[in-house]
Amino acid sequence: MKILTLIRQVPDAEARVKAAGGQMDLSGTTMVIDGMDEYGVEEALQLREGGADVEEIIGLAVGPAQTEDAVRTALAMGIDRAIHVETSSYLDPITVSKIVATVAQEEGVSLILAGGQQADWDSQALGAATAERLGWPQATWTNDLSLSGTALSGKHDVDSGSENFQMDLPAVVTTQQGLNEPRYPTLPNIMKAKKKELRKDDLSRFGAESKVQLVSSEIQVRSRKNQMIDGKDPQAAAQELINLLRSEAKVLN
Amino acid sequence: MILIIAEHKDGQLSKSTAEMVQAARASGQSGPVTVLVLGSGVNEVANQAAQFADQVLVADRPELAQYSAEVWTAAAAQIAQQGQANTVMIGGSRSGREYAPRVAVRLDAPYLEDAIALQAVDGGLQSQRYSYLARVTETQQASAPTVVVTVKPGAFQPAAATGQTAEQYDVELELPQPRLQVTGKNEEKLDRVSLSEADIIVTGGRGVGSAENFSTLVEGLADALGAGVGATRAVVDAGWRPYGEQVGQTGKTVQPGAYIALGVSGAVQHLSGMGKSKYIVAINKDADAPIFKVADYGIVGDVNEIVPALIQASR
Repeated sequence: MKILTLIRQVPDAEARVKAAGGQMDLSGTTMVIDGMDEYGVEEALQLREGGADVEEIIGLAVGPAQTEDAVRTALAMGIDRAIHVETSSYLDPITVSKIVATVAQEEGVSLILAGGQQADWDSQALGAATAERLGWPQATWTNDLSLSGTALSGKHDVDSGSENFQMDLPAVVTTQQGLNEPRYPTLPNIMKAKKKELRKDDLSRFGAESKVQLVSSEIQVRSRKNQMIDGKDPQAAAQELINLLRSEAKVLN
Repeated sequence: MILIIAEHKDGQLSKSTAEMVQAARASGQSGPVTVLVLGSGVNEVANQAAQFADQVLVADRPELAQYSAEVWTAAAAQIAQQGQANTVMIGGSRSGREYAPRVAVRLDAPYLEDAIALQAVDGGLQSQRYSYLARVTETQQASAPTVVVTVKPGAFQPAAATGQTAEQYDVELELPQPRLQVTGKNEEKLDRVSLSEADIIVTGGRGVGSAENFSTLVEGLADALGAGVGATRAVVDAGWRPYGEQVGQTGKTVQPGAYIALGVSGAVQHLSGMGKSKYIVAINKDADAPIFKVADYGIVGDVNEIVPALIQASR
């Protein structure tokens, strides 16, 4: 069976993000493969290494030209080949799911691994929307997964706590912290990755038009009091803080 | 109509449902506010919903005893189609954000996710939401006969009761067999007020020092203040605390009246889960910790000294 693992490039969490004139300005921002997608790539590799019958692991990314760097990272981690649908237009997750579902069908994959929440969209929709388009079941926020034949089993987070689950392929699984420890690409593997197939695909053939328009993006910094209390005298500092919580924040009686 | 899929737990309507009713009424959209209650033995939930809604639809069936993305998708989509809903509103909980995208695809509808504001505008519906680890506020717009929305918990005030009791109607549904089989449940143990309900949250980070210190200091202060307990990812990864307490990108998103961070450095991933708190308090011995930049009140000092004094002073 084949696995499709989704790759998104997002700003490094430590990097500063900027917006100007109601639009994001990511020029100069360090961009990395989304950590949630690294879990997906790693899980695909571990399923194969664990003895599951994995014929091929294919990466898929939708994004601007520089997304190729994130795709190369996934190739260096060990996926077999990748497809990059290049676009700099804003596409919402529901629209991207159309591309993912089409590629999944063309490539004949039976397991799709997607990030539980992308660090640019802050969205949890991509995996579920893809599953719906394909008519497949899904497990979201998965932190433990195993595959035996065509039977998936594992554990995933739900509203209060977690559940153990089972389902049959084909299916969509979205990742969560704890699923695995993603490997670092080694230098030899980075070199090898340069020779792996990275096919560019054309957005126009997917008929993927966003039904949601992005009107504006703004960075609204909430002003904070930044009032510092001297901690040299713990008792006095504690008393002052408790007074502030009572009189200003009004969270204590 | 505006169709709201009720959230409820242990036979009680959740606060998030009243928040969705408020979001619907304040948005300026037309049509009756309709709450759909899905579950088994949900008579009381439906009665509670009738205090807020213009009408209540009830599907009370054994197959609905347990949430399933596939079943909830089918139910929401069928009722939305039959009732020609202009908006389908779903809670922004983990489960809500898991099945709402499926509903949107099934209805071929745009999806406005995790809305913190919602407004009918000329030719559509506008929402605001956070993106980029909650550092950016986006305005999105969708124009379609039906729009699917999830509503961020805590972003809207709960609606007040209308003073009238809405009519209830039983609905028929065709439900699929869920293919995801649940083989075991691990419920979160809660010794205290839950993070989503807490007005004060006390969170401990690595700077607290050890699991024992976490109990003494973080839990000690939380109990003194009647607060909920949160943890950073580093603390959960170290095995000091259960994942259910984790606040941040891959844990819970909280918005309490006061968030008290003890020995928390303030990584972006953590800030994305608590940065919208009304008041933020930081106590850390490292004066350069990023958490101080977002704090209303900060104390540079040793948590081992400050926190016992706080517990004392709160009495």
